[in-house]
Amino acid sequence: MSAVVKLANVHKSFGSNKVLDGVSFEVGRGEVAAVIGQSGSGKSTALRCINALETIEGGTIEVCGHAVHDKALDRRNLRRDVGIVFQSYNLFPHLTVEQNIMLAPTCVKALSKQKARDLAHEVLARVGLGEKAGHYPEQLSGGQQQRVAIARSLAMQPKLMLFDEVTSALDPQLTGEVLKVMEDLARGGMTMILVTHEMAFARKVASKVVYMHKGKVWETGPGSMLDKPTTPELADFVGSGL
Amino acid sequence: MPTFSAVHLEFIAFAALWTIGLSAIAFVGGGIVGFAVALARISHIRALRYAAIVYIQVVQGTPLLILLFLIYFGIAIVGFNEVPAIIAAGIGLTIYSSGFLAEIWRGCIESVPKTQWEAAECLALTPWQRMTRVILPQALRIATAPTVGFLVQIVKNTSLASVVGFVELAQAGKLINNSIFEPFTVFMVVAAFYFAICFPLSTWSRSLERKLNVGRR
Repeated sequence: MSAVVKLANVHKSFGSNKVLDGVSFEVGRGEVAAVIGQSGSGKSTALRCINALETIEGGTIEVCGHAVHDKALDRRNLRRDVGIVFQSYNLFPHLTVEQNIMLAPTCVKALSKQKARDLAHEVLARVGLGEKAGHYPEQLSGGQQQRVAIARSLAMQPKLMLFDEVTSALDPQLTGEVLKVMEDLARGGMTMILVTHEMAFARKVASKVVYMHKGKVWETGPGSMLDKPTTPELADFVGSGL
Repeated sequence: MPTFSAVHLEFIAFAALWTIGLSAIAFVGGGIVGFAVALARISHIRALRYAAIVYIQVVQGTPLLILLFLIYFGIAIVGFNEVPAIIAAGIGLTIYSSGFLAEIWRGCIESVPKTQWEAAECLALTPWQRMTRVILPQALRIATAPTVGFLVQIVKNTSLASVVGFVELAQAGKLINNSIFEPFTVFMVVAAFYFAICFPLSTWSRSLERKLNVGRR
């Protein structure tokens, strides 16, 4: 299995605060990696580094054949391959659901309006929101907005999808509908990295769990690792979540 | 001695057209220059950014009156002896309004949440596409009220154009008063004209604000 994402000894600080302190992990094609850990453990920062939203100070990051650590990186090329979904959805409020999804395919891939619209309806159907195409984001629930955000990323046919605490702002019922969409994606073979607090979801869907603590990868293994942690910190973390 | 009559009213009404015309020149010219300066002000090219900052600071730190003098006499020094007053006043007010509009619009552009910039960037949009398709449409809603509010300032500040010999509302009032010596009557009429121009603008601003707020979080 070839690595789609490879972080090696990644260092990153915000001022004097070392957020990533030698982080290394790999994610292979079709794998679903769940990055877990306390707030402030550096997991969201690690995810943002993969997409070049943050620059790193040391180490290397390779994503879909792009050397992300390289100063000469063409970010737009990287982002054609990598989709990201944020905690706060970040839909464009002045555009309808359909227009939100059509924007990147028409601008970046130069798709015709009609083709982009067909594509939008296709991805909306995949997230179960085919009937909401003409709505504005504010007319949708949080869960629906997040599913639109996922559809918007999907429309660019990324090779890798990043999810940054995408259910943290949602109530349990809405969380469920978003997780179901993500599970379908995983089953469809999408390579995914998710920063999440949903332990049950990580255990069930992730092929790999990366536990981060104090800016380091503390423990990594399959989903079942959560049932028999080897480090006291992970035991603590998992225990406190129950 | 003659008193205030329909002839004077007609003269003032005609001058009001010049006030409106000069305001339009200042707003369109200032808008074009100001927009370019606003973009330069947030450019990632350092030299461009600093040039914009200096421009804004100099313009905002110069009284419009002095600016108008400088332009009027400056153009004469460069060699154009007979500068029409409208051109001097138009250039002066264009520079003046561009310095303020640039800063107002920069604030509006930057007040679009950072997450919107990131989301657009992560969809592989070019900086230009991000600006025109995602940021500016949202900034426009934010900018409407302060922009039209500033338009009211422009209208009132055109009165300073009288110093370079431009006959607009205020200057027309002065001329009439010089002949009939009824300052209170004359300037009440002039004030009423200014109000008649500015009040619809403020009302328009409010209605635009309401309209543009539809469909926004």
